[in-house]
Formats: sequence, structure tokens, C-alpha cells
Amino acid sequence: MAYKKRAENRGFEETRPIEAKVGVIARADGSAYFKIGNTAAYAAVYGPRNLYPRFLQNPQKGILRCNYNMMPFSGTGERVRPGNSRRGREISLVTEKALLPVLDLEEFPNSVVDVFIELPQTAAGSRCAGICAASMALADAGLAMKDLVCAVSVGKVDDKLVVDLDSSEESYEEGNVADIPVAMLPNSEQITLLQMDGKVTKDELKKVLELAKKACKKIYEIQKDALKNKYAVEKVL
Amino acid sequence: MSKLLAKEKDIVVPGEILAEGMDNLPGYGTYRVNDNILAGRLGLVSIEGRAIKLIPLSGRYIPQKFDTIIGKVDDITLFGWRINTNSAYSAVLPMKDATSEYIEKGADLTKYYDLGDYVVCKIVNVTSQKLVDVAMRGPGLKKLQGGRIIEVNANKVPRIIGKAGSMVSMIKEATNCQIVVGQNGLVWIDGEPEMELITVNTIRKIEEGSHLTGLTDKIKEYLEKETGKKLEIRSVK
Amino acid sequence: MYNNLYYHVVKLLNAGKRMDGRGLLDYRKPIDIEQDIIKTAEGSARVKIGKTEVIVGVKLEVGTPYPDTPDEGTIIVGAELLPLSNPEFELGPPGIQAVELARVVDRGIRESKAIDFKKLCIEEGNKVWLVVIDICTINDDGNLLDASSLAALAALKTVKFPKYDEKAEKVNYKEKTSKKLEVEKEPIAITVTKIGGKLIVDPTTEEEKVLDARLTVITEKDGTLCALQKGGDAPLTSDEVMQIVDIAAEKGKELRGAL
Repeated sequence: MAYKKRAENRGFEETRPIEAKVGVIARADGSAYFKIGNTAAYAAVYGPRNLYPRFLQNPQKGILRCNYNMMPFSGTGERVRPGNSRRGREISLVTEKALLPVLDLEEFPNSVVDVFIELPQTAAGSRCAGICAASMALADAGLAMKDLVCAVSVGKVDDKLVVDLDSSEESYEEGNVADIPVAMLPNSEQITLLQMDGKVTKDELKKVLELAKKACKKIYEIQKDALKNKYAVEKVL
Repeated sequence: MSKLLAKEKDIVVPGEILAEGMDNLPGYGTYRVNDNILAGRLGLVSIEGRAIKLIPLSGRYIPQKFDTIIGKVDDITLFGWRINTNSAYSAVLPMKDATSEYIEKGADLTKYYDLGDYVVCKIVNVTSQKLVDVAMRGPGLKKLQGGRIIEVNANKVPRIIGKAGSMVSMIKEATNCQIVVGQNGLVWIDGEPEMELITVNTIRKIEEGSHLTGLTDKIKEYLEKETGKKLEIRSVK
Repeated sequence: MYNNLYYHVVKLLNAGKRMDGRGLLDYRKPIDIEQDIIKTAEGSARVKIGKTEVIVGVKLEVGTPYPDTPDEGTIIVGAELLPLSNPEFELGPPGIQAVELARVVDRGIRESKAIDFKKLCIEEGNKVWLVVIDICTINDDGNLLDASSLAALAALKTVKFPKYDEKAEKVNYKEKTSKKLEVEKEPIAITVTKIGGKLIVDPTTEEEKVLDARLTVITEKDGTLCALQKGGDAPLTSDEVMQIVDIAAEKGKELRGAL
């Protein structure tokens, strides 16, 4: 059986429509909103700030602490019980690893940069949306960053290689599915997040990574615009 | 071939290519990768001769030696006070540097500065581990009484003060408020309630429009409209 | 500036002013209410009062009724003061501030009988609908309680029942029916704050830091009171309480009108 058509006639290499906005949470030092299809993520950055407990402090540089959380009403089916879940903790970990390579925290020994990612609505691709939002929020917070971080899920649905799996593709039952979230630095094309659920051949992996690269470059342009728009000259006086 | 891609006052995001070729030099906030100069943070492009640097638009305050800041007394110890600097690092104010008078050992330190008091102090030392020492001997260094404190973007403080104090002097003249601007982003305002509000609103406008040209004129216009006073833009020695 | 801030606020209040130029009984404007914003929820709303922003999502679950009310469903209200929304909020299970907020919002809806619990019955003694209301704060600039209560009400008004598969004994969230949840009353929470003897509404974060006392009054359209909650360390006189009740009824009309 072949996978013939995606919802809304989307191209196999096309992402769902994307919306991005920066500076959405006034109390945070940096913040952003990233929506792809029906998956939406808020990210707020607080820091560099005081870090307790003491034993977590690193005297050589600041640490990055990420927390990914789904709001109870954000799941595609049942309510998501609030609180720590193993899945949430793993995603928080890989999110931190995805963002750390672009940051230079040597100017802030013994301190912490906290990143809080909250999703009010999810429909597959939530960890990638979170990383895209977090990356803009970190830039908005004025941190030294070599590059932004872009993330998107790529993979295989039945016989087709696809970009940005939606929830029906994630749970596709008529064939094999491989779901591969990727985070990339758009300028150096280096990969900072790579996970996979499913099966692919080596060749297929090579191909989808190329697709991810292209999609990430497009996402970078959207993130760039969102950041520049916040400081646009037209408003104000 | 060398090519300057960014212009003066462009807002750029991390990873954006500012110049190609070896003709330009990477200044603050930028870095070189092979033949290109890239933005190393979100910032405003400033070109000085061959050097390209970025002026930060956001970011929490980082304590610097010789800065005059407004701190808050967070704790009282045997030897002095612990001061909150509105950054990731608190500062120590030793007894011996606290006032122009001599404080005896064992004296009740709350009589000088109590918990929650705001003080204008000078940073005299910052170690590599960001341990900060402050002192309050000298003109203008004192406890603040009355008035209100607002928090501003520390990166905008130079604009709020203006060249040789011209901006803040203009606001003082228009509103008759006492104003102290801390390099750490805290601003103290004391005056008639309506005038305090106009001062706050003016400072917020400066924050938002800090990267615009002709800002001083626009602020002058705004102040004249709000206070009905005729103002001159002058420098203060 | 704990002490200084207090005196400064009181000085202004005595002159009939607040730090942001508002009158003592003025809510921040505009009060922004957006409904049906979360596709994955059965009902939802976002409320912005000034810079304070909260999102409420409603999920419907099927559960067993309490033994003493076999033909009634119920509401369950939870609140999370997300660390995203305020640098002073910490990660972890809801603290006492979140618990109080959730319970007060619950009381407003429950005691006003805004929802007829009997209409939530699927099979008496066995299966009832549980209306689970989750409040999530996005930005805290004061007065989370009023914003949350307003958002909860706005969210309830958008709730559509999902399909209940009797055979599989499961809720099919993918299929919504056109059956709406009937919201029969409109309880509105108004929190009145006392600082230095003066009464104000809709405090900002700074004003909340120096409050002497606060009283939340939840009123229905006809002025009937359906919940009260006093907070703060200082006491209130009974005269002040009655004054606050009057203010709450009037302001309640205003907020109800924004719905």
C-alpha cells in the first residue's frame, strides 16, 4: 500500500503552516511563540539568574536548564495529567542538548539560564516546536548565540519520505512509520537533536536529513522575521 | 571579494552573515567563520571603520567595575550588607565603605541601611567568579528615600541618560522630578504623582524607540505636549 | 522598596491615583477575551487583563459519581502558576497560591449552580461526565484570580460534548457532538484590595506586594453572592466588607458585559 496524499494536500516535503512571534510574555527576559500546524509552543527565558541549590552551580560557566511541559488540555485525546512524566523529562533533556551548542555562558559563572517551554495545544512535532520557540526566546533574552536553532520532524510514512509529520501520520496504521525529530543550526548545518522511532535504511536517513536541512533553512527565515518584527521601527512614537 | 552585507542600524539575529571576505573586523557581538563575519547575538549593527560590532538590544545586567547602580539591601551580615544588583550576582557592601562616617564594630547596621532599602552605590570590584564589591563613599552615593523604582532594560540606560546627561536632564526639567538612573537598569523617580507618571511613560518610550534616529527630538515633543513646558536640549557638564 | 513602595502607593491613593494613572476602581483596559482557542480541548478561552494573561482549557472525562449523588456529574478545577509566567514561580506541584486560586474559582462555579450537575449524568449510579477545568497562567502582572475566573466561565461557554462510545465504554475525543454544555449562570469574581485604608480593584504585581488585605467576591447577574474569600494579613471591618460587596457587584456587571 502506498501513502498517496497528505491532509490538506500538503506536499511530502512541505511543513504545515507556521506562525512565530517574539516577546509574548512581558515578565520574561526573553520569550516567543511558535506554531506549526496545530502544534503551538510558548517559550520563556529567565536568566542569567541566581542558581539554587548551590551544588548545581558551575564555577566556570552558567548552566542551561530546560523544562518542557504539556498543558493538561493540550493532548490530542485524553487530558494529560499535570506534573513530571518520564517523557517530559526526556524531552527536557534533549531540548537542553539541542540548544546548548549555540550558547556561550562563560560570562555567567555560577548562574542559570532557565528555559520554560509550555504547549497549550499539540498535534505531533511538539518537541521541535518547543525548540524553535526556545531558540527565539534565548535570542530575545540577549544571550550570546552563534546561531539560532531550528527543529522539525522528518521521517517515513509507508513508502514516502516526509517532512513535518502530523498526528495522523504519527499514528498511521496502514504501514510503517519512522518519526525522526531533528534540530539543526541553520548556518553551519550541524545537528544538535536527533532521535528516531521506527525503521529506516541508511540511505533513507541520508535523504531525510537533507530534507530536514532544507526545512530548517525555511524555518530560520521565519524565526528571523519574528525576531526583527519585535523591534520594528514603525510602532512606538 | 569582500562584501559588507549589513548596514548601520540593521537589526540582526544570531547566525546572520554580516560581511563576506577579510576586509572587515569582527567587533563585539560578532565572530568570524572562515571568510565571513556572523552575528553572535541579537543586536543592532554599528560600523566603525572596518570593525563591525553589535549593540545589544536586550539582556540582563552584568556587573561592571566603576558602574554606579541602584541596589536593594537583601541581607545584613556581621560585616556589612548583601546588596541585590538586579543581576545574577549579588554584591557585598562592607561596613568600612558604607558611609563617610565611621561605623563602630558591633553597631546596629539597620540604623544605616535596613532590609529592603534602596541605595545608590558604586561597583569597586568584580572578580572572575563575579563576586562583586560595592562602596558608598562619594558624591551621589546614598540611601534613597521616598519616590518609586522602576526597572528598565539595562542596555537602554545610555539612551535614557543621553549624551552628557542631556536626555535625563530634559526629563527632569520638564517634570521637576528627581531622577537617579542606575547602570543596572533600576531608575528612581521622585516628584508629584502626575509628573512621576509622565516620567515613567517617557522612559518607556525611550526604551522602545532607543534605536531610532531623532529620538531626542521626539521625546522633547512628547514632554512638551504632556507638561505644557517649553524645553531646550542642552548638555550638562 | 517594600516599605517605601507601600508608603508611595498609599500617598498616591490618598490623592486618588494609582501608579499607572488608573482610578482606584478602574480595571486595566482592554479586557481581552478570546474563546475556543485550543483545538484539543472541549472548551477553552484566553483572558488578558492588562498584561496579565491566562488560558483555561476544559476537558470532559467520564467517571463514576459519588455514592451520595448517583445522578450527578461534577466539575474539577485545577490551576498551575507556571514558572513561565513569573520569575518567582517555581517548578513543581501547585503551591498554596495555586490551590487557593483553583478552589475559589471552583466555588464560584459550583455554588452559583452555573452547571446543572444532573445534566451531566450518563447512567445513574454508574457513569457521569466530569468537567475538568485547567487554568494555566501565561503572564502574571497581578490579579490572576479575576482573570482566571473570567477565563473559566468563558471557556465553559464554549464546551461541546465529545462522543461517548457506550459499547467500548470510552470517550471518543476525535468526534465532537453538537451538544453544548449549558451554562446557566454567570458568576464573576471581583477581587477588591485594601492598601492603607483605600480600596482598589485589579491590582498590578507591585500593588499586590504591598496589600494589607483582599476580598474576592463572586456575584451572579442579579447581585446574589455565591462565594467569598478573604486574603492578606490585615483584618477588614464589616463596613469595608459591605463596601467591597457593592464594588464587586458593580464591577461584576462590567466584566460580565465583556463576555
